[in-house]
Amino acid sequence: MKGWRELEIGAITEAGSADNYNTGSWRAFRPQWIEENCIQCLFCWIYCPDSAITVKDGKRGEFDYNHCKGCGICAKECPGKKGKKAIVMVEEGK
Amino acid sequence: MGKRIAITGNFAIAEAMRQINPDVCAAYPITPSTQIMEKFSTFVADGKVDTELVTVESEHSAMSACIGASAAGGRVMTATSSQGLALMWEMLHIASGMRLPVVMTLVNRALSAPINIHGDHSDGMGARDCGWIQLWSENAQEAYDNLIQAIRIAEHDDIRLPAMVCMDGFIISHSIESMEMLPDDVVRDFIGEFKPKHPLLDIENPVTYGPLVLPDYFMEFKRQQHEAMLHVKDVVLEVAKEFQKISGRSYGLFETYRLEDAELAIVVLNSAAGTCKDVIDEYRDKGVRVGLLKPRLFRPFPYEEVAEALSGAKVIAVLDRAESFGGFGPMFMEISAAMLTNGSKPLMINKIYGLGGRDFMPEHAAVVIDEMKEVAETGKVKILKDYLGVRE
Repeated sequence: MKGWRELEIGAITEAGSADNYNTGSWRAFRPQWIEENCIQCLFCWIYCPDSAITVKDGKRGEFDYNHCKGCGICAKECPGKKGKKAIVMVEEGK
Repeated sequence: MGKRIAITGNFAIAEAMRQINPDVCAAYPITPSTQIMEKFSTFVADGKVDTELVTVESEHSAMSACIGASAAGGRVMTATSSQGLALMWEMLHIASGMRLPVVMTLVNRALSAPINIHGDHSDGMGARDCGWIQLWSENAQEAYDNLIQAIRIAEHDDIRLPAMVCMDGFIISHSIESMEMLPDDVVRDFIGEFKPKHPLLDIENPVTYGPLVLPDYFMEFKRQQHEAMLHVKDVVLEVAKEFQKISGRSYGLFETYRLEDAELAIVVLNSAAGTCKDVIDEYRDKGVRVGLLKPRLFRPFPYEEVAEALSGAKVIAVLDRAESFGGFGPMFMEISAAMLTNGSKPLMINKIYGLGGRDFMPEHAAVVIDEMKEVAETGKVKILKDYLGVRE
């Protein structure tokens, strides 16, 4: 680890350095994506307070579990298909 | 050379700000510093400065805007007093922690309750540990000179810390004095151009300000701040030397007055030092060897230099215009620590004076000198901490 003489003053760091920290380890509940119920509305992507919904070619893919803290907002906002949620929260370790 | 003018402390500061021409000023009015921004806003309106003036809804926002503007890459200034500084408190630490050289004038005023608008040092002393450099000023001239020098000190490559320049509310801020103002171009050349480090507006080189730093790295950044403070003394003296060339006025880390052969020494900040000097002259005429030390740089505090200057004194009276309830006055604590560093063991007394703008009169200085004489003769301190001019 770096000593105080080696560090840039004022804790000014490279942009986007949050990507280097796996804050997903804080999670108590894990969101699970059920693809057959997903209508690709991307509400989850809009509402995610981090950047834990990966999107490619306008379509969502798997969660980025390294950065998802399990807040559950995506599951709450998910409209699902015909009353069936495309995101459900599951307790970690179960 | 400069022009001799009659001016109040607040307007002297506003004129210095006009000459400095900062990129951004964000401020919220509060007595007794209000006139600074009031006057400065007329300079903005009249196109005499290029400053972006941000009128905000509180001092917390004022300092927040200053921090944002400084991180963006601008030279940034503001002014406040009392409750305003108290409301900024959280943001003061952020400015210093992010190493942003914001320069602020603090027109010293008492803190509520009970509410009081007059001058004492409770506000500045309360911000002692916020990581800001503090320069204190006896009169309008010193406040004006200190503000111009503060820009150079705060922005110095070895330092990069915010700085506040303190002067007494009303006693100095609203009193007209004779002062010499430097020509605009001389000030501009003296302060030079601001060279920001990692400005946020440099979009080619994006950076993150204010990341989460946990126990693994936090102490290293705090150690850096202390290191920067250790460089301040040298830079203050270097800048003062250059300032003398343009102004003819000399500044140090502190001022001494008839202290060389003094057995009795008064330590006091700001405007009360002027009153003390007059009374010292009277006692000197009567053969009493008394002198004075007036700190200019309070953070970082120059312990070794102060101790050396006071090493000949048998008795030291430290006058504090701020309280630490249940403790000694803040200046007394510094002087005690300073005297410990060089092993001289003077007898010391602490006097609390002038709270909430209570007048500090020549007779108060006389009371202090008489008491010091008695302490020197008897070798005994009767009351270590006491008040001046308070009714029983």
